[in-house]
Amino acid sequence: MRFRSFEFIVGAGLTGAMVLAVVLADVVFEAGAEAMDLAMRLAVPFRSWAHPLGTDPLGRDVLARVVSGGRVSLTVGVLSVLSAAVVGTGAGLVAGYYRGVWDTVLMRWADVQLALPFILVALTFAAILGTDMWKLILFMAVAQWVQYARVVRSATMVLRERDFVVSAVAVGVRDPVIIWRHILPNAAAPVLVLMTLNVATNILLESSLTFLGLGIDPMVPSWGGMLADGRTYLQTAWWVSVFPGLAIMLTVLGLNLLGDWLRDSTDPTTRSVS
Amino acid sequence: MAEVGRFLLRRLGLSVFVVLVVTLLVAWAIRLSGDPAMMLAEGAGSVTEQDLRNIRAALGLDRPFWAQYGGFVGGMLTGDMGRSFMGGLPVARMVGQALPLTVMLAFLSLGVSLLVSVPLGVTAAVRRGGWVDQVIRVVSLVGLSFPNFWLAIMLVLVFSIALGWLPPSGTEGGVGLVMPVATMAVILSATNVRLVRSAMLEVLGAQYVTVARSKGLRETVVLYKHALRNCAIPLITFIGLQFGGLIGGVVVVERVFNWPGMGSLAFDAVASRDYPVLQAVVTVLAGMIVAVNLLVDVVYGLVDPRVRGQ
Repeated sequence: MRFRSFEFIVGAGLTGAMVLAVVLADVVFEAGAEAMDLAMRLAVPFRSWAHPLGTDPLGRDVLARVVSGGRVSLTVGVLSVLSAAVVGTGAGLVAGYYRGVWDTVLMRWADVQLALPFILVALTFAAILGTDMWKLILFMAVAQWVQYARVVRSATMVLRERDFVVSAVAVGVRDPVIIWRHILPNAAAPVLVLMTLNVATNILLESSLTFLGLGIDPMVPSWGGMLADGRTYLQTAWWVSVFPGLAIMLTVLGLNLLGDWLRDSTDPTTRSVS
Repeated sequence: MAEVGRFLLRRLGLSVFVVLVVTLLVAWAIRLSGDPAMMLAEGAGSVTEQDLRNIRAALGLDRPFWAQYGGFVGGMLTGDMGRSFMGGLPVARMVGQALPLTVMLAFLSLGVSLLVSVPLGVTAAVRRGGWVDQVIRVVSLVGLSFPNFWLAIMLVLVFSIALGWLPPSGTEGGVGLVMPVATMAVILSATNVRLVRSAMLEVLGAQYVTVARSKGLRETVVLYKHALRNCAIPLITFIGLQFGGLIGGVVVVERVFNWPGMGSLAFDAVASRDYPVLQAVVTVLAGMIVAVNLLVDVVYGLVDPRVRGQ
């Protein structure tokens, strides 16, 4: 682990700053994201401390809304990835350790699911699921768990033949203990890399779906929703569309840098290439 | 050759199965999302339950699900996509108008992106570790970090509103294409630069590159004729596998620029519960994506014997 690399410092800095802002939001913005300052509608950014990033046509503070939108995006990103990773890792461990019929079924299903055009399926399902954060999280988790299953399965198949596992089997250690103590820790690195990069991917997906009116409830402040709103008054108030996009960019860039750093420092085969 | 035949057959089977699963999911989901009879009756004032039943019967929605789905699949196989619930136009004609616009956008973007990303990727690989490489890497990572629709909005802000150079939407002449293509090309290039760079790094250390250099060939000839050619297959593979993402991106970008392609058709169909149109759009796009993936797999499998056995 090289902690003094560009990727780690910038990546952890950006991600950390965004998490901190989201956690501290309620303390800093007493008025909240919904408060309307009707005397200060369409305030221009960088002119006052009351509204450092300006206000929208309803007089709502853009900075407070960006931070509040960050809470939604990070929640969706982290929870969808956690649920997909837990289910996928479990399935991958069992399939890779025991092989057999379930392994074949799982891998064929993974082939099908990975070949599905995501946006087309999402488009249709959003129409029945409606705009609800928890359903969106569930949908993303269902769409992505096979990625983890694949990665963990192939790692498990290799680890199962390694001497330390073979000897553990020989001395009679029970299967669940072998899987938990010997295989999982050694298969964890690629899963962590995939998780970090997928939090970034899912934040982008969530903002796209919400922008299209298919993700988060339009009444809740979110990055995609703010961009959809801001587009209609792009002529008069550019800042409403610029800042949520910058927030997405900085957060996702931070996570991508962290993911790259994690991959390069845990996987010796990519170290030489990148 | 029997081995190759089995490989082709299995891939083909999987592709057909995937398209069937997608159409089935979509047909099932859109029927849960709302009743088109209500949508059609909305403007008509007072509507009785009997009226709604009549509309459903006229649209064929009183039949059981499997009969409806079977009829749709049968129609697709014979080239008859039915008629739109909204307006009664033949779906085949609507798709026929929208598909070329989407395909044009997708391929122009891909072409522009390759023109940009191949030289940049090669340069980054040659100058590996230097400051040029670092700048290209960071810029490409930034390019992967924002949603395409935001870039589209920012381009409209700068080139339509601030500078007034380009129309914010529309398909008239060639100018309407500039911003949609630029948006897609930037996003695609961010990925492609990284692909070209890592593919080039794999081959730059090879002996034939050293031989070519020691023969005294010019560096551009070595790089573009000897090295780049040898990483063409992995590159084509990766770019082919991204085709689904490319189509997904186009679908979203079309929305920002009011580009009347398949994406716009699909969104309108979802909003108005126009089952035949949505099913046709999804089937055609999914079929294209799966066909490209199949082609890539087959080409790769035929060229590289290591892949066949898996």
